[in-house]
Amino acid sequence: MSNHQTTFLNGNEAIAYGAKLCRPEVIAAYPITPQTKAVEKLSQFVQDGELDTVYMHVESEHSALSACIGASAVGARTFTATSSQGLLYMLECLPYAAGARLPIVMMNANRAVATPWNIYGDQMDAFYALNSGWIQIFVESGQEALDMVIQSYKIAEDPRVMAPVMLNIDGFVMTHTYESVQLPNQDLVDGFLPSFNPVAHMMQDDQPMSMCISAGNHHNQEFKVRQHLDLEASMAVIESVGQEFADAFGRSYGGVLESYRAEDAEIILITLGSVTGTARCVVDQLRDSGKRVGLVKLRVIRPFPTAQLASAVKGARVVGVFEKDLSFGYEGSLYTNVNSALMQQGVFIKSINFVGGLGGRDVSQADLFEVFEKLENADATLAAGAVHYTQMRCEP
Amino acid sequence: MKDFKMVPVPKLARLSDMPMGSSCLSFHITEGNAGWRVFRPVIHLDKCVGCHRCYLVCPDGAIHKEADGTFVVDYNFCKGCGVCAYECKPKAITMEKEDQYV
Repeated sequence: MSNHQTTFLNGNEAIAYGAKLCRPEVIAAYPITPQTKAVEKLSQFVQDGELDTVYMHVESEHSALSACIGASAVGARTFTATSSQGLLYMLECLPYAAGARLPIVMMNANRAVATPWNIYGDQMDAFYALNSGWIQIFVESGQEALDMVIQSYKIAEDPRVMAPVMLNIDGFVMTHTYESVQLPNQDLVDGFLPSFNPVAHMMQDDQPMSMCISAGNHHNQEFKVRQHLDLEASMAVIESVGQEFADAFGRSYGGVLESYRAEDAEIILITLGSVTGTARCVVDQLRDSGKRVGLVKLRVIRPFPTAQLASAVKGARVVGVFEKDLSFGYEGSLYTNVNSALMQQGVFIKSINFVGGLGGRDVSQADLFEVFEKLENADATLAAGAVHYTQMRCEP
Repeated sequence: MKDFKMVPVPKLARLSDMPMGSSCLSFHITEGNAGWRVFRPVIHLDKCVGCHRCYLVCPDGAIHKEADGTFVVDYNFCKGCGVCAYECKPKAITMEKEDQYV
């Protein structure tokens, strides 16, 4: 591909290159494992004169997102990145960005939440921010990460959307794993993503505004309901941007979710993030031995692709939801979302929750073979609704 | 009391009539919130040098510049925090007990 250059990058670097190609005008970020390399790389680009941006050194994640909010409020394209405790520290600012309808793009390197303290990958951090009004995207590879940075700006800045995007990438499994990544030429990205011009709800010199106003009980609910309906409607924009990207760059990720060998599958596993790659290998091997299995990779969980998911799994006998997340006292949050979507859409099939990979525990093919085996015997041995923990060192 | 509502509240027949997000022209959709004030800032124009300091530091944008260049406080929105009086170098703003104005 002449409009691409083949490179060998880890996930952090892929994100950094993706962000650089989008020409952000302000970057404010605070380093945290396992995201550090991404912001190091971006600051290096600025230092070396390869990227013309204001790189703001801040003392915390709370300040990082606050700086992005200020810059975005006057129409600057902004980028930030965080992880785990850093995300939780900036959590107060997330609904400000979303409520003010600011198209900020943020990388979140998914990492376990303390305590016990742990720097390795799981996806519990992102779920704390599920209700914050941000679009949440999960990716499976370095290439997808780079491509989705570019798409994220296009989605966020669409006048129908105007919502911040959190781009989730699994800590270590992706942030620190090197892959061959096609790096698009700057011209190609510039053609797809023109520079951003401030829109009506952003401040300009000749139009001062009250920023993040208070709205009491007379109007607050209408603000929130409009924000919710607009976020739901962003689904169509996410899909059309994916299509436009495929036309321009030659790579497609299948929309808000990807069905893999799921069309005629009896048993479907629903996945999020990097575990999808392992699950593909397992599905291929089980297919080779004649089992009708498939997988559905959720790429976007806010807005939640309710109708798309129901349509993708409706022919199955049983679905499993594998997630590196647990809502203490209930079940995996992805499972809750999946069940609600299927119920709304009138798809009543047995669903089983598998929670594993917490605190960076490796999820192997053997673990997923076991998951599929349990799903196959679901009627006989497993109760729907119960949470099953994979890879436990001892009996629950 | 002077009414500063410069931008009329629009008719909100549909959600799409709501502003996009929570940044909008002043007084777009706000409600008076002066009820908690104990002291009110009073600007003494004879001492005011027009430096804009009070205008800039007011956390609620409740100080306005009139067409003739003088500054006035919107007492419907001033919460009486006193930042303007504290920051005023020529001491042209004093904080006065609210009860004498009731």
